[in-house]
Amino acid sequence: MPEANLELQNEVARLIVSALNLDISPEEIQADAPLYGEGLGLDSIDILEVALVVSKHFGFQLRADNADNVSIFSSLASLTRHIAANRTK
Amino acid sequence: MSTLPLIAHRHLDAVMAWRGNAPVSVRQFLGEVEHVAGQLPPGRHVLNLCGDRYRFTVALAACIVSGRISLLPSTHTPEMVRQMQRIAPDAFCIVDQAAVDKDGGGVDLPTFRYPESIPPSAADPADVSNINCPEIDCEQVVAQVFTSGSTGVPLPHVKRWGSLVRSVRAEAERLGIGAEHAILGTVPPQHMYGLESTVLMPLQSGAALHAGHPFYPADICAALANLPRPRVLVTTPYHLRALLADQTTLPAVDQLLSATAPLSQDLANEAEARFGAPLHEIYGCTETGQLASRRTTAGPEWRTLPNVRLRRDGQTIWAEGGHIESPTGLTDVIELSGDGPVSTTFLLHGRHADLVNIAGKRTSLAYLNQQLNAIPGVQDGVFLLPREDSPDRIGRLTALVVAPGLSPAELTQALRERIDPVFLPRPLLFVDALPRNATGKLPSQITQDLLATPQPQASTRVPA
Repeated sequence: MPEANLELQNEVARLIVSALNLDISPEEIQADAPLYGEGLGLDSIDILEVALVVSKHFGFQLRADNADNVSIFSSLASLTRHIAANRTK
Repeated sequence: MSTLPLIAHRHLDAVMAWRGNAPVSVRQFLGEVEHVAGQLPPGRHVLNLCGDRYRFTVALAACIVSGRISLLPSTHTPEMVRQMQRIAPDAFCIVDQAAVDKDGGGVDLPTFRYPESIPPSAADPADVSNINCPEIDCEQVVAQVFTSGSTGVPLPHVKRWGSLVRSVRAEAERLGIGAEHAILGTVPPQHMYGLESTVLMPLQSGAALHAGHPFYPADICAALANLPRPRVLVTTPYHLRALLADQTTLPAVDQLLSATAPLSQDLANEAEARFGAPLHEIYGCTETGQLASRRTTAGPEWRTLPNVRLRRDGQTIWAEGGHIESPTGLTDVIELSGDGPVSTTFLLHGRHADLVNIAGKRTSLAYLNQQLNAIPGVQDGVFLLPREDSPDRIGRLTALVVAPGLSPAELTQALRERIDPVFLPRPLLFVDALPRNATGKLPSQITQDLLATPQPQASTRVPA
């Protein structure tokens, strides 16, 4: 992964931890482990919270119909790739 | 035998649903219902998991016209599906492409796949007034809704056609919804609120339902903007808050409906101002279905649906009249308006203490505790409600558990098999023992003290 994306990935991890009040440090989120269900254990309420933070922070809105919602949130790395491709700020 | 029709639309070319931008006529709907009803496997009990709300509605109607009973459990975890199968060994599930896309369509039951192509109806296209709509016996049981029993076994509540139809017609009358309306829901049709307000109310008021179940705020706004007016948004405080926080411009709406959790005055005021529409809340419970509504910005008082009244008898409040088949005791904390024993207006001071409601999903502490303590390796454990209940925010449960041989990840995985993910505890605190008193109860002060003390083994999430 390019260094810029690694930096973005760390930023996204920090945003997730702070938005959801998780009791772990951002470094503990594994890049390729699922965010949903098993793995980090996020549910749809969390995903909506993360979507709000992403929209505010990166200036674009998540849509379920222009990309597969489940695949965006399949891991921290895939969410980071999606943000890198769509961010406006 | 008294009957009520499957749908209230007046002619075959009326629009009864919108799938994306495409209207679906009553003719097409009735044709699909007949086709699907003829293909269903023999079981009499059905778990309808269709993700497309139109297909859910066709499948539901196909079950109704063929005398089948739809099962509405509070969640679809593997343990709950096993319990459904014990209660109804002939149960099968219906899935469509949308359900498969979302979560593999999977529960562990015989599966009927919603047909992808259905031949057009044979009805004469010129004859639009001969609607030939099925009439359903009012006494027919069309659904069983399950609440969490305190012993861990789900309790069935029978829903008959006549009562369901009368309740959603009363709802439509209260909200002024009729044949000209289009209705979009952000809640699934597999729970009572979504079933009543996004499926049955459109069917029984002649309105059109939107087949989608949009999730992100931008998707909700896009779906709304595509619907003809007047249009209705059926949602929850949690989706409303996200919509208002995320979207700078909102499409005009003609009616807003919220339920599942109390809405704050502030959020209601902002929603009415920015959508330019009145916002009503609906209150009800599993035993009675919907009971009352209020326009939140007009004050805290609830008004019962047409012909429904509440009666105080000693400590108990009974709901009766209207669509309620027999007087039903309410477990919530209710104060009737006026001095008399009977009223149609009231204040709601709180839900029954044992009831847990998170983002519209309901269970009881007793059920959660029973499930926690049934996990091999758990010696003792208890769920606790969020300490403060801030309106419009989602509070999470905490659990204290004594399970020396289990890791937090193992315990969380075992819970995931049994309870809905929204009820998974965070934090999940491991303790050496729970300070139960002589009667086996946990003094609430002691559990609160335990929560306030940092636990060396405390863990909420352990990354895989």
